[in-house]
Amino acid sequence: MVLRKSVLLPGTYYFSGNEAIAEGAIAAGCNYYGGYPITPSTEVMERISVRFIDTGGVFMQMEDELGAIGSIIGASWAGAKAMTATSGPGFSLMQESIGYAVMTETPIVVVNVQRAGPSTGQSVRVASGDIMQAKWGSHGDYQIIAFCPWSVQEAYNQTVQAFNLAEKYRVPVFLLTEEAIGHLRERIEVSRNMEIFNRKKKPGAAPFGIEESDGVPPMPTFGEGEKLLITGSTHDEYGIRQVSSPSAQAKLTSRLNNKILNNRDKIIDYEVHYIDDADLLVIAYGFTARSALFAIEELRQRGKRIGMLRLKTLWPFADKTVKDISGKIEKIFVPEMNRGQIAGEVMKYVCGDVVSYSQTNGEVIHPETIVEQIRRLS
Amino acid sequence: MARDLEKYLRDRPTRFCAGCGHGILLGAILRAIDELGIDIDDMLFVCGIGCAGWIPSPNFNGDSLHTPHGRAIAFATGAKMFNPKLKVMVVSGDGDLMDIGGNHLLHAVWRNIDLTVICANNMLYGMTGGQACMLTPKDAYTQTTTQGNPYYPFKFCEVLAVAGAPYVARYAVTQPFQLIRSIKKALQTTGFTFIEAVSTCPTQFGRRNQLDTPSDMLKFLKEKCITRKKAASLSKEELKGKIVTGEFTDGED
Repeated sequence: MVLRKSVLLPGTYYFSGNEAIAEGAIAAGCNYYGGYPITPSTEVMERISVRFIDTGGVFMQMEDELGAIGSIIGASWAGAKAMTATSGPGFSLMQESIGYAVMTETPIVVVNVQRAGPSTGQSVRVASGDIMQAKWGSHGDYQIIAFCPWSVQEAYNQTVQAFNLAEKYRVPVFLLTEEAIGHLRERIEVSRNMEIFNRKKKPGAAPFGIEESDGVPPMPTFGEGEKLLITGSTHDEYGIRQVSSPSAQAKLTSRLNNKILNNRDKIIDYEVHYIDDADLLVIAYGFTARSALFAIEELRQRGKRIGMLRLKTLWPFADKTVKDISGKIEKIFVPEMNRGQIAGEVMKYVCGDVVSYSQTNGEVIHPETIVEQIRRLS
Repeated sequence: MARDLEKYLRDRPTRFCAGCGHGILLGAILRAIDELGIDIDDMLFVCGIGCAGWIPSPNFNGDSLHTPHGRAIAFATGAKMFNPKLKVMVVSGDGDLMDIGGNHLLHAVWRNIDLTVICANNMLYGMTGGQACMLTPKDAYTQTTTQGNPYYPFKFCEVLAVAGAPYVARYAVTQPFQLIRSIKKALQTTGFTFIEAVSTCPTQFGRRNQLDTPSDMLKFLKEKCITRKKAASLSKEELKGKIVTGEFTDGED
């Protein structure tokens, strides 16, 4: 980690979530952006296109999301800290190359400002329906990292973290935000310095090697004379294609998964509220966690013993945390703007009573809805 | 392959079928680079999926990026725009660059990105077993046109020239000297340059079209290829089935 001076003057700002993401990216050292306009994420691209004029980044409005994701992968190998931002339909188009970035261990940041789907759905309405797509959207079996901010401040901070983890683990990192956070305006504090991680370099080392203890090889760049062979096909430590060797396939896919799973304690981020005396636990994330906390505080005033686990990262999933906290809990309530995508994940790790609440009407879940649903539980 | 080009190759055999025209193109590209004295370490080769993707990757002993199907130009755009010092060459097939990746091709011309794109046109999808694509000749038999291809090949060179690409040319692997000269010219031209290198695929195309041996396929190309000058003297009817070769722009536009 190195300290990087903030590009913005330190102080208080009043930003939308999307603007904060653009500023967070610049703070993290993002110097390439490839994008395609799509509601409700477009403000990220708009702000980047203007701000890069001053910060010296390369902005490319590409012909489609296939081009956008492709260009950021190409730029990343040319040495850039690269990002794109999109929403549902664009995120669907990007999936093939997301798998390519996983396979080639390319650090990229992909922002998905989630909107109501499936398909075109309601472009200006909110949802968190892409949680499972972020995990499993590309073919094959792999690991990625996904953040989910609940505030504009956190959108800024997590964008910086997303770049740091992408560089550290050489993996695509997603910021799975929602329309309601993207278009929410809030006050945020920008500090003077940011902790920044830059990719490891080691001239001559195998770019897809396995000798590193954390499973993450150093990453060279085009033009350094390393004669790089980069391919989405199964490959050995030097990138030589191994299209039919069972051992090469097993070795590579194991490392790609393990470099994330073995470091999950360092990656997973969460916070707890009022869990010491709780017999009912709410697990929430993103905008819904704001409503949930408001509802919990109201219910606690009425003597209900309710706590909350807020997931700040969704992938890799906080399985051990969920298991540990749920030990003394009678019931777990999971409100979501999807059909129970995280509730299902919770059920994988908890034997007790898990109640999913789904709202997929394109609106945020209001605190009174959560109060009402919890009242029905008891 | 002459031994003087071995310094540009990784120490391994190529994977091309016997009689494949892509080996001639591979040699032509390396000869052009060699004759211009370009340091291969200053270059980035980007390719897509298919037989032609294997021309630079893993054969060329320089940086290469073997991308998902159809996306080579988009990946190349990101690398070139971020580091303009890289001399970027895209080498891929007709199905990859045109059918599935045509939108990136048009946008790269529109933006006039400083790339050299070489399309190895084997007239079908070779690696998947020989299915028709946008450059398959009319009436040709492929695995998916068993009663003859109903469509004429798409005139990409002509379209890209009209769209304003600074250098566009089409030559066949049966014209190796013109091909080398053309690749050199493309590499020396600033902006988007494009060469369609018409190649042979005895394995998938030849055996379905009464061109039973590699030499039959080469003879077929020699018969079909005519110069632009010759083409200008032919009627529309006489031009049908011909492959017009030459330069479609002179770089002065």
